[in-house]
Amino acid sequence: MDITVNILLTIATAATPLLIAAIGELVVERSGVLNLGVEGMMIMGAVGGFGAGYLTGSPWIGLLAAIALGALFSLLFAVMTLSLATNQVATGLSLTLLGLGLSGMMGTSFVGQPGQRLPNLDIPGLTSLPVVGRLLFGQDPIFYISIALTAAVMWFLFKTRTGLTLRSIGDSHTSAHALGIHVIRYRYLAVIFGGACAGLAGGHLSLVYTPQWVENMTAGRGWIALALVVFASWRPWRVLAGAYIFGAVWIGQLHAQAFGIPVPSQLLSSLPYLATVVVLVLISRNKRLTMMNTPASLGQPFVPDR
Amino acid sequence: MMRLELVKRPQRSALFSALSPFIAFLLTIIAGAIMFALLGVNPLSAFEIYFIEPISQVWQLHELAIKAAPLVLIAVGLSVCYRANIWNIGAEGQFILGGIVGSMIPVLFPQFEGPLVLPLMLLLGMVGGAAYAAIPAFLKTRFGTNEILTSLMLVYVAQLFLDWLVRGPWRDPQGHGFPQTVQFNDSAILPELMPDSGRANWGFVFALVAAVLIWILMSRMLKGFEVRVLGSSPRAGRFAGFGLNRMVFFAFLLSGALAGLAGISEVSGAIGQLQPVISPGYGFTAIIVAFLGRLNPLGIVAAGLVLALTYLGGEAVQSALGISDKVARVFQGMLLFFVLGCDTLIHYRIRLIGFAAPKLEATPKLEEAR
Repeated sequence: MDITVNILLTIATAATPLLIAAIGELVVERSGVLNLGVEGMMIMGAVGGFGAGYLTGSPWIGLLAAIALGALFSLLFAVMTLSLATNQVATGLSLTLLGLGLSGMMGTSFVGQPGQRLPNLDIPGLTSLPVVGRLLFGQDPIFYISIALTAAVMWFLFKTRTGLTLRSIGDSHTSAHALGIHVIRYRYLAVIFGGACAGLAGGHLSLVYTPQWVENMTAGRGWIALALVVFASWRPWRVLAGAYIFGAVWIGQLHAQAFGIPVPSQLLSSLPYLATVVVLVLISRNKRLTMMNTPASLGQPFVPDR
Repeated sequence: MMRLELVKRPQRSALFSALSPFIAFLLTIIAGAIMFALLGVNPLSAFEIYFIEPISQVWQLHELAIKAAPLVLIAVGLSVCYRANIWNIGAEGQFILGGIVGSMIPVLFPQFEGPLVLPLMLLLGMVGGAAYAAIPAFLKTRFGTNEILTSLMLVYVAQLFLDWLVRGPWRDPQGHGFPQTVQFNDSAILPELMPDSGRANWGFVFALVAAVLIWILMSRMLKGFEVRVLGSSPRAGRFAGFGLNRMVFFAFLLSGALAGLAGISEVSGAIGQLQPVISPGYGFTAIIVAFLGRLNPLGIVAAGLVLALTYLGGEAVQSALGISDKVARVFQGMLLFFVLGCDTLIHYRIRLIGFAAPKLEATPKLEEAR
């Protein structure tokens, strides 16, 4: 029983950063913007979170720094694609490349240093309950944030007027503009929200998952988060399910490596990436469904005519 | 609040089309100066170490050519993709597969020598890269899968595959346990161009030839026209009878083959054996090269040399000033940002709207009318 609980806990820890980054990107894409810089914003969050935690001694300050740095970094993307109407694919790519370089440079002095870890929740009486205690009341704080965030985004997108407006912008920015909606302003806020989420996801990696700084420690998770949004056909609860499936794959291959299964470890390590490809193929096979769900103005630059 | 407003130009500006890479480079230098100052280094001396010293001697120019060759080879292929609005960002993986497949001959048949070895290796390298690129192309045309994500995921798979090969089945048994293959025999080594003055090899010639051939293809042949039409207006392309699916395969196979050629040239030229890591991110940096070169093969040659210099400069500041060589990555990223930003000037004029927007003076005029 204990082993099962432990495995479930590690799956949750592996799924949390994917979930947060993907939920953020989902909001961005629902507004019609494709930000391929998730990996870059995430690694900036990771280095910022680790650095601030290490320098101040407080993982909570690290957490805030991770969010702030992710948001700040996404602002760069927003200015480029929204105010200057640059190509979103190329700009997102350059955000990732810049983030990987910048984080590597900023983190040079952090390599090998002990990090700060966010403490797990501990409620006397509840956390010590058998089985469910640690699953429900004993996880790291970002886990709870991730679940709350998913619920909040679901509510926001589908139950509020602002959410409806955001979705309408994603489906037709010209119509939204004609109705007098500030397309660019909404998109700025969406992109910054996505950046904050990616930063938080990166902070989870360096403050909870492995409290240390390793170059390129995101290891493609930002890209997997992007794939999750497609896999989920832009629906928050499906992102949640997808993130946990991928968390399970990630943990499963680690456990398989630890058990010494007679398969090359590199093959096991490549499973999350191969799984991403397979999942994308399965979901895009149904072309009508994908067409129906994809925000219609996704990735198209918008310049308001005046 | 102050904001930017874009005003569409009636036609693209030829002036800014030519100037924008230079403006971008200038902005990168300014941003780089600020960065060096923040790091507590005198920007002027840092720039001298970064941009001047690495190319002040002849043998160093050879090193520049070695770094530029794979960048140019990959980038001219990618430029065709991006012109056609097809997003192959997995060139790094195709580079690695080209290196692996091309190395099959010297690793598996080390006794096979002679003048046939090298051409076969290069051919196999191109086949390997093209075959690996065919996967995202197939998935896109058959299932409509997003090629950005699949081609990128395959990079990680390729890296792990290479890692497995050189630590497992292809490891040199006499290599003292080091994760590397046997040293290639002489006939499997790409010859140097001018051995008296430096290490530059035929890879650089391949890059120049590829750039010229792709330039001819894009500007003088029907296929190039097809690429441009499908890229700017797929609908118009369909009316002209150009097939989008065929174009996806064409662009991926071409760019994959060139990336594969770059991979095997790097392995048989600069390295001489397979190692766990054979590329310092050439496949990704080539994306920057393609854009800095304005997706024009001849511009790409110049851009490739600039980006090659950022690699050499990064190594130079690391050894001279103790700054992480990741500074090269930062320079490359900033350069791409500024290039993309400056490209806006080609199609738009930028107007700054200040805090106090001019108010419409309607009321007094109305009164006058009365």
